[in-house]
Amino acid sequence: MKHGSMGGFILRRVIGAVPILLGVIVVTFLLTRALPGDPAAYFAGTSSSAEAIEQVRHRLGLDRSLPQQFVLYVEALAVGDLGQSIATGRPVAAELVSRLPASLELTFVALILAIVTAVPLGVLAATRPGSWVDHLCRVTTTAGVSLPTFVTGLLLVYVFYYILGWAPAPLGRLDSFLSAPPTVTGFYLIDTLLAGDGEAFWATLTQLALPAITLALFTMAPLARMTRASMLGVLSSDFIRTARASGLSRPTVLLRYGFRNALLPVVTTLGMVFSFMLGANVLVEKVFAWPGIGSFALEALISLDYAPVQGFVLMMAVLYVMLNLLIDVAYSLIDPRVRMAS
Amino acid sequence: MTIAAVPATAPGKFATRLRHLGYILGENPVTGFAFGLLLFLVVVALVGPSLVPYDPLTTDTAMALRPPSAAHWFGTDQLGRDLFSRVVVATRLDLEISVLAVALSFVLGTLLGAAAGYFGGWTDAVVIRVIDTIMAFPLFVLAMGIVAAAGNTVSNIVYATAIINLPFYARMARTEVNVRREAGFVEAARLAGNSHARILIAQLIPNVLPPMMVQVSLNLGWAILNAAGLSFIGLGVRAPTPEWGILVAEGASFIVSGEWWVALFPGLALMLAVFCFNLLGDGLRDLIDPRRRT
Repeated sequence: MKHGSMGGFILRRVIGAVPILLGVIVVTFLLTRALPGDPAAYFAGTSSSAEAIEQVRHRLGLDRSLPQQFVLYVEALAVGDLGQSIATGRPVAAELVSRLPASLELTFVALILAIVTAVPLGVLAATRPGSWVDHLCRVTTTAGVSLPTFVTGLLLVYVFYYILGWAPAPLGRLDSFLSAPPTVTGFYLIDTLLAGDGEAFWATLTQLALPAITLALFTMAPLARMTRASMLGVLSSDFIRTARASGLSRPTVLLRYGFRNALLPVVTTLGMVFSFMLGANVLVEKVFAWPGIGSFALEALISLDYAPVQGFVLMMAVLYVMLNLLIDVAYSLIDPRVRMAS
Repeated sequence: MTIAAVPATAPGKFATRLRHLGYILGENPVTGFAFGLLLFLVVVALVGPSLVPYDPLTTDTAMALRPPSAAHWFGTDQLGRDLFSRVVVATRLDLEISVLAVALSFVLGTLLGAAAGYFGGWTDAVVIRVIDTIMAFPLFVLAMGIVAAAGNTVSNIVYATAIINLPFYARMARTEVNVRREAGFVEAARLAGNSHARILIAQLIPNVLPPMMVQVSLNLGWAILNAAGLSFIGLGVRAPTPEWGILVAEGASFIVSGEWWVALFPGLALMLAVFCFNLLGDGLRDLIDPRRRT
């Protein structure tokens, strides 16, 4: 494969994401304008005069036509202006950016945890159909999709914090006695290591463990299910029979021939998995008082502070579109046929 | 509801289906168990509110936060309300929300998707664009945004859940109709002078119903999870209305002080319902998918 065509492929995918992003922006714009009641009266504050409300209306451009308002909205977005949070008085964009690493750290750790447990489980289940591993796989996947994340989280807190006392109190990213590491990446696990602070690293890890496990349990189910189904399909195909008949060793057959081909459908389901994860993230953040963007949006929601909620929805959507783009590129790296076909 | 909707046009076909159902249930006791569970949930939703031992809203502060006992099977909450009564009464609301939402997205999604698959062209382009835009959001987050923007009511939870489920039905209906668009029986109906609408509704949609029903069952569980998740974060259903998500949210603050029952029992009820619909979905797939039939 020539290098240039890969670049071209990525470029085409990036361009293909533009109309989707545009759709996302239109929807979030409509959601902002669909706020209950009069946004101007709301942004001006509860006890303001009719004159002040009129001023706010003009300043926000709410006295113009909808298309004009849309242009204003996009212009504001272009300079990263998502409005002001009434509760904290700071720009929403700054608030979201400062809290994003907490959410991403949780999501990534959970994702890695889910992949390293679900994929081997699925592979083992597929290689030994009907065995206890297979049954375990089936039970985990069915239970995993049925368990509401917030209930699992609470149960884990009860068992590991209240009864066993192994986990710290479910109150955020770091024990309040410890100070946060100097910000380099925003990921506490990495930052504490960079600062060489072993105690803080351990504290971070123990705080992260329960929320990450909660999220991972939820994510495991679709991954294990897909890996098992896809591996079963591949293992019953002719080329595996040929490989076996040629006397190749079991690991070679399973891993090089079976697993690499079985990986493809798993990667395509990652998009859906991320959709679930980002949603479940909000619930897990609430249960564990995790100071991420989900908690921020929920706090704003309770105080009827809508700008942060809309900013949050937009940020999540943009994040998700970018993740899907990454998955597409990863897919084309694993499977050259995708590149050839396009 | 899901069982009755399995198309049974002729009595003979119905008998075959019934026998097949019996065979599936015999072969897979788990599906039989799921059907039993569904029946149980429906009965609880229908007659539960008139059978519960206590009024779900009556407070009794002298009995606050008591663990499960003979008098209060699931214990009491921070206001002394009987949790068993609250969990049972909540069943109706939770099932109502999810059934309404799934029914709405099933009807709308099927019509949109079928029209897109049948007409192609710009109808298809518009429908695809709408679906892609919905799918561009993490779905639960989109539902949050919709309820936050449209207002904090139960009907908005239903609409939001319906919207985020819409793509699954529309996509499936579109693909299934698209492959049958030029089929012989469709051509015959067209030559016989049927209108497009009639061909779609009388010929094509009945043919795509079986796989859609599996989707409905799997979706119901997901819809309950979503609705409960929304009320858990404080959207939609408001206290003191008993609803599983909000009951768990009320119990969440007592977990760290060891009062596990307040959150656990509504959580278990929620899990049971979702589990039931997921098992049922798998069972229905066995019933309907010809490739899995033996």
